[in-house]
Amino acid sequence: MDKKILLEIKGIKKYFPIRSGVFSKIAGYVQAVDGVSFYIKKGEIFGLAGASECGKTTTGRLILRLFEPTEGEVDFEGENIFKFGKEKMRGARRNMQIIFQDPFASLNPRMTVGDIIGEPLIIHKIVRGKEKEKRVSDLLETVGMEPRYKKRYPHEFSGGQRQRIGIARALALNPRLVVCDEPVSALDVSIQAQVINLLEDLQAKFGFTYLFIAHDLSVIKHISNRVAVMYLGKIVELADTEELFSNPLHPYTDALLSAVPIADPTLTRKRIVLEGDVPSPINPPSGCHFRTRCQYTKPVCSKEEPLLMEIAPKHYIACHLKS
Amino acid sequence: MGKGRLFSIKLSSRLGRRLYNFRSNKRAYVSLYIFLTLFIISLLGELVANEKPLIIRFDGRFYFPIFKTYLETDFGGDFEFEVVYHDPFIRGLILEKGWMIWPIIQYKYDTIDFNLDVPTPSPPSRTHWLGTDDRGHDVLAVVIYGFRISVIFGLILTVFSSVIGISTGAVQGYFGGILDIVFQRFIEMWASIPTLYLIIILTSIVEPTFGLLLIILLLFRWLSLVGVVRAEFLRVRNFEFVKAARALGVSNFTIIFRHILPNAMVATLTFLPFILNGSIIALTSLDFLGLGLPPGSPSLGRLLAQGKANPHAPWLGITAFVILSVMLSLLIFVGEGVRDAFDPRKDIS
Repeated sequence: MDKKILLEIKGIKKYFPIRSGVFSKIAGYVQAVDGVSFYIKKGEIFGLAGASECGKTTTGRLILRLFEPTEGEVDFEGENIFKFGKEKMRGARRNMQIIFQDPFASLNPRMTVGDIIGEPLIIHKIVRGKEKEKRVSDLLETVGMEPRYKKRYPHEFSGGQRQRIGIARALALNPRLVVCDEPVSALDVSIQAQVINLLEDLQAKFGFTYLFIAHDLSVIKHISNRVAVMYLGKIVELADTEELFSNPLHPYTDALLSAVPIADPTLTRKRIVLEGDVPSPINPPSGCHFRTRCQYTKPVCSKEEPLLMEIAPKHYIACHLKS
Repeated sequence: MGKGRLFSIKLSSRLGRRLYNFRSNKRAYVSLYIFLTLFIISLLGELVANEKPLIIRFDGRFYFPIFKTYLETDFGGDFEFEVVYHDPFIRGLILEKGWMIWPIIQYKYDTIDFNLDVPTPSPPSRTHWLGTDDRGHDVLAVVIYGFRISVIFGLILTVFSSVIGISTGAVQGYFGGILDIVFQRFIEMWASIPTLYLIIILTSIVEPTFGLLLIILLLFRWLSLVGVVRAEFLRVRNFEFVKAARALGVSNFTIIFRHILPNAMVATLTFLPFILNGSIIALTSLDFLGLGLPPGSPSLGRLLAQGKANPHAPWLGITAFVILSVMLSLLIFVGEGVRDAFDPRKDIS
């Protein structure tokens, strides 16, 4: 797969200030994303996995510039989007869209489905009037819903249907990159499969590029071509999906994979149980962020921060043990 | 008319349900009708209570004195003055060659009845159904015109103060941060200015008019909505659909007015009837204190003051009290009905 790189993220950081006291003095920072770099090729589905609060969502939102980063750049088709002015950014938003996790919060309860899906078309002056209505109907059909639902309000739909509406809205602009921010984790399992299949079908049909954020590893394994695993604001391992799932090299990935349930009660395997909690991102451990819970800790782990290095072909990890 | 239909037009489900909710609240629904009837009567005040006849038939021709000014010479009088139709001499002249139809009440709010056979304030009688005040003005005419001016004043003040209040609250809540803090401190200082003293000082310098009073009261009334709108915006701006709109490239202005404001509207709407009432009371109290509308304007507040000045003429005070309580109660009942109809808990069914 030697396709063009669509999106490249270089050393992106996002620190949220914590203010306290009378004068709102900055007391510290939540280091939500702490130096993340990766690239996504055109037409690829890139999975971003990790436990809660590890910075996956923040990374996704930084890519869409819903936050300004503390450091680093996001190059979309070779241009750093954080350098764009207001107007240019608005134009750039046509090419990158997001599907949110919670289909109940991401649709405005006071707008009809037709208005919700039609809004991007009007904002970017693509079509209006009768043509817009037709496009909205088409989009609804594309995501497997009936066009007559246009006049209804979001609360009249189930979670899966709402997520389809959210997808239709994201697709309205025919974007090149779609950030799927845990699009199925709020749905129940049978619906999850439907939505994932829909996303796959759409990708096959229109050739979208997805950044697929999820904490459910089986979902990631099913859908993505390449996977990055995050822990406490950093990428710890990055590889092709098959390689990562068959040959995890980072101790954290190992532990994560051992926790994925397997639908076979006769199968027994060794489960790696991590000790303790994820340390606070306000005051992360020195050196390797994972060292406090790692069973193979060496003295160097607390002194030096491990860098992401290519250990096997196209297989990157950030760990002192293997380098 | 079935559920969710207004004038047989099918409304969107939500609005239809609210209309249905409002209708099923009998007290609010009846109050709305009574209030609208009273308001329409008062809007047509010139045709209901006037010192001029509605139609005159004189010498084979029709005359419409309310819409056109006639001179005494038109009816065979001697002087080129505007006709005073209450003058028995003119009356005689007209009735000699024709007839005339009077409004139900033959006096305007500022008509002084010189033909009273008792000293003013005169008690209710056949000609003055609610009596007259101490200057010989018909009380019922004052009530009709006073009601109109109170409601119109209240409505204008409410609309303008809501527009300003909602915009300020929206901007503060949406953008937050330094802007919000600066505005909030300013509002706190502004709200602590004693309004009444300021009005007393201002009215001693300039003659208060309808417009001027509106502006002065507006300076302070807009504050009442800022808090609730700001709070709603602070809540709604973090919802994901707002982020989604931002990711689509929707402008801040559109997000505020199209995405957040409709969601903040329920909380805002419930306040409006009370703001309307507050505005009416504000004007009435200023009139009562003699700081309100210029002398000669019809005013419920002034009628109330007359009642206080003439305790031996109880019809003045009682009339003012009854009409004010009825008006304010009706508005509160309507307001409660609107609030209940917009209650989101009733939306889900």
